[in-house]
Amino acid sequence: MSKLWILVFGATMETLSMVFFSTLFSLILGLPLGILLSATSGEDQGGIIPHPVLNNVLGRIVNVLRSFPFIILMILLFPLSRLLIGTSIGTTATIVPLSIAAAPFVARVIETALKEVDPGVVQAARAMGSTNMQIVRKVLIPEALPSLVSGVTLTIINLIGYSAMAGAIGGGGLGDLAIRYGYQRFRGDIMVVAVVVILVLVEVIQVIGNKISAKLLARR
Amino acid sequence: MQIKLHNLKRTYGDLHAVNGISLDIPSNTIYGIIGKSGAGKSTLVRLISLLERPDEGEVFFDDVRVDNLQKHSLIERRRRVGMIFQNFNLFSSRNAEQNIAYPLEITGTPKNEITTRVARLLSLVGLEGRGKAPISTLSGGQKQRVAIARALACNPDILFCDEATSALDPQTTHSILALLKEIQRKMSLTVVMITHQMEVVRDACDQVAVLNDGVVVEQGLVTDIFANPSSEVTKDFLSHLVGVDEAAEEPNKMVQWSKKSGAYTLRFRGGTTDQPILSKISRQLGVDFNIRAGGVQKVGDIEIGTMIVDISGDEDTRKKAIESLSQMGVVVEEEESV
Repeated sequence: MSKLWILVFGATMETLSMVFFSTLFSLILGLPLGILLSATSGEDQGGIIPHPVLNNVLGRIVNVLRSFPFIILMILLFPLSRLLIGTSIGTTATIVPLSIAAAPFVARVIETALKEVDPGVVQAARAMGSTNMQIVRKVLIPEALPSLVSGVTLTIINLIGYSAMAGAIGGGGLGDLAIRYGYQRFRGDIMVVAVVVILVLVEVIQVIGNKISAKLLARR
Repeated sequence: MQIKLHNLKRTYGDLHAVNGISLDIPSNTIYGIIGKSGAGKSTLVRLISLLERPDEGEVFFDDVRVDNLQKHSLIERRRRVGMIFQNFNLFSSRNAEQNIAYPLEITGTPKNEITTRVARLLSLVGLEGRGKAPISTLSGGQKQRVAIARALACNPDILFCDEATSALDPQTTHSILALLKEIQRKMSLTVVMITHQMEVVRDACDQVAVLNDGVVVEQGLVTDIFANPSSEVTKDFLSHLVGVDEAAEEPNKMVQWSKKSGAYTLRFRGGTTDQPILSKISRQLGVDFNIRAGGVQKVGDIEIGTMIVDISGDEDTRKKAIESLSQMGVVVEEEESV
């Protein structure tokens, strides 16, 4: 019995580290992209440097990446993992496709959150002589912060789901545990425990995300 | 700071939003720009506040051309112009004092200087002690006061008010206008008020330009324009203001002396409001005046009276009556519809 819990504990730690680092890297990739998407949109949507062509091209790329089935994307990205990490299996290697799969999602989430900022407020900031950088850093991001937090929460939950899927092709973590022990070795109990842990993780992240977002809104 | 506009034009597709506007806005005054929605006000304010470039024409601040500034000098110039808006456009992520501090932050003002300046600005707009208040807890009038403080933070020489009182109730409008007048005097600002409310022009402005269809149809001292409006648009604005339009629109409900008698709008000005002009003329010429609606209002320091009257009698006596009214300094307009 104690061996089961050691297995589950190890797999949970693996999942947490995959989710943590892929969230971090997808934010690093997706945040600038999301800011660029919102900044280059039309002035009526609060774009600060409207650029229809660039906006269109970026939007298309994001859409293509987002509609790509994750399992296929992961296999396609094996060479990249090997190049960056030195291997294409295991927890660390899986962070690469996870980050790249989540980045376009993050970009859209950030774009949507920033576009919710009242264009009048942006106009006021511009009339006061703000540079574009100041508008992004001191106006857009703080004003959109509650929505941004909700967006990041959503991203983390998506990544928990994706990381479980990655387990099926040797990614490690709770998904891997459920497939290898639960499915291939007919250990129904391990399968159930792995799934329950994933459910609990999602619920905890959602509750924390909601709390932070609500707290930010309450201060306004 | 004096503002000069020379033949400004701005077109959106087929729409000539601003179609050749030239104006001289003198330094150290409150200048009103009034027009109905769609008259080109919003575009004009975006042009003179340097948020948008004109297709044609020039904008000068104190004889320095500012409509074609390069990015860096444009940002520098904008920092010396204050602006307030109909919807206040405050940052909801910042409390009152952090909002006021924003323009100082972006210009790199040292922290301790920001603190002292923000405290001074808060007391200037009558919000001492409310600095820590989140924006959502403030009333409309208080929000506009925060916005005014924020606009003044960088010691601007121009303040643009874009429909600044349109979202406020009459009482709050009154107090905001009083505050703006006080600040204008204290800081020797050039204040430009864009509005569709004639009350705002009457209560706060020294001079006014009336906008219609992208052009200036009338401009001058507010007292002159109220006493002797020349364009239909202006007359329309004035009729709504004194509340005479309701009465005039329903002539059937009015007692009329004679069907032949026309309806006239009389405008009295200054000293003439004190004299019994109508009864004097009535006695002299034997005509009768039927007053259908009227009122007196203060424009700046001058009283301006408006009256809609029927004048009885044959055409000749009516003409004589109008002549003597004009001699006594009353402006007479004949209504064609009646």
